[in-house]
Amino acid sequence: MKIIVAIKQVPDRDAPIRIATNAKGIEERELQWAMNEPDAYALEEALQLKEKNGGEVIVVSAGPERVGTTIREALAKGADRAIQVLCDDLGTRDALGVARLLAAAIKRENPDLVLTGLQSEDVGLGQTGVIVAELLGLPHSTLILHVEKTGDGITVKRELEEGWFQRIEMPLPAVLTMQSGGNKLRYATLMGIKRAKTKELKSVTAAELSVDAAAVVTLEHIAMPKKQKSTQILPGSPKEAAAALVEKLKTEARVL
Amino acid sequence: MSGILVVLEDRAEKIRSTSWEALAAALKLGSAQSVTAVVLGAQTEALAGEAAAKGVGKVVRVEHPLLARYTADAYCAVLQQLIQNESPTHVVFPHTYQVRDFAPALAARMGQALIGDVVAIEDGPVFVRQLMQGRLNGSYRHHGNGPCFVSVQTGAFRADTVEMNETTAVTTFIPNLDAAQIRTKPSEPFREAAQTVDLASAQRIVSVGRGIKEVENLGLVQDLAAAIGAELAASRPICDNGWLPMERQVGSSGQTVAPKLYLAVGISGAIQHLVGMKGSQCIVAINKDPEAPIFEVADYGIVGDLFEVVPALTEAVKAVKA
Repeated sequence: MKIIVAIKQVPDRDAPIRIATNAKGIEERELQWAMNEPDAYALEEALQLKEKNGGEVIVVSAGPERVGTTIREALAKGADRAIQVLCDDLGTRDALGVARLLAAAIKRENPDLVLTGLQSEDVGLGQTGVIVAELLGLPHSTLILHVEKTGDGITVKRELEEGWFQRIEMPLPAVLTMQSGGNKLRYATLMGIKRAKTKELKSVTAAELSVDAAAVVTLEHIAMPKKQKSTQILPGSPKEAAAALVEKLKTEARVL
Repeated sequence: MSGILVVLEDRAEKIRSTSWEALAAALKLGSAQSVTAVVLGAQTEALAGEAAAKGVGKVVRVEHPLLARYTADAYCAVLQQLIQNESPTHVVFPHTYQVRDFAPALAARMGQALIGDVVAIEDGPVFVRQLMQGRLNGSYRHHGNGPCFVSVQTGAFRADTVEMNETTAVTTFIPNLDAAQIRTKPSEPFREAAQTVDLASAQRIVSVGRGIKEVENLGLVQDLAAAIGAELAASRPICDNGWLPMERQVGSSGQTVAPKLYLAVGISGAIQHLVGMKGSQCIVAINKDPEAPIFEVADYGIVGDLFEVVPALTEAVKAVKA
């Protein structure tokens, strides 16, 4: 099976976030970056499918130069080769614009299966995989925990709300967006990191893919959210704060 | 183009409450008269009746035997036909798992991009949605001529603002739909092993998140839960790692809880978690990041290192209970 995994580089979860001066994005200087976690689960599922059924795992990622480090991480974990869609305007493209870039790059490869995370941890649109499927004319399923290869198709386990699941039979080629938790994520080995340096990483630009960037939906500005409640922050040392909290819970909130 | 379509989702033959919230959001974009409520299925009479009691301009029943069980292919096909027929300015959905599965494709098919998971609608209209796991808000605008597709977050709009009233017209729309258009074969939904923990009826819950770092550290929060007499729960990443069973997960993919006391330890408060617990009577958050979104819903907070705060809190609770 030829599997493409679309991954995104996002700000590290623990990185402090500051709004950029134009209020249209976040300050990127000194920011730490990481692989979007749902995409890491998509990569894991792809690697396991390859281990079981043979084939090739190709990583695709869109973004500026810095995205290369996250692509190398995916190669170190076991992906065979990678394609980077070079662009500096990911933040101003809408969901359709981003998906057009990825779909154009994926189409050239004619894969059997396309996997990606169910959503990104930064913008959190949760749409890219679904739109890629639409643009490629392929069937899709979302929030998938497991993929099983059957005769000439696949059976997937989809998460529904409130602890329910569903199995879906699908033909190939298909596009799936992966939910977290279906597998245990692997770490890159030292050998893997060494090998990654020699694996193929091709770059292609948005212009070469002849994808335009006109957006129907634009981000006007970013702001800190307004508080829904006035939170009483209890100051002092851990011991003082803990004692003050217990007192409040007992006498004010009356829940202890 | 005129009017607003609201696509109502049902479960167990009833309109879901999150659908009425979508209707409440639609009423921010236009008058009740300008709203068309849409129900889909193989048999939609009862659903249409529920919608008709809400005083919207009209109700459309999109009915076809192939809509008996949800598939993205069928929903995209029939809604595209309906939207072309009605030519609305806006199409509003509740932001459910099902909508996430088809609405982005439907919008793309019509050259549009869905503005998803909207938490507020301001003048313009400007649509506000969360970024960076709830740490920031982004304001979005739609441009051009096509309909603007919007899905709204559960709990963001008040369903009780929708007034009951008589609706003038209920019409039925029979779409063109062929079995060959549906490429996926979904099975009956199922649950895994029976639930043995009923978090929903717990009076007190101590819930743990990524901040706990290692499975070996869980003992700290177990001790706190024991001291308080609380059930132990967790955010999704803890259950994804297999550190606690899935049935202890609180959030959109786990259980929804509303205890008297919800104490969140090392949980940043991504929306997927907040929707499962923000109805709690008293919320306490312990987190090292003062900007963590969990503090937006917390009544009390301690900003600090949970590895110091939690043992101190366990001791303090034991002291007052002794």
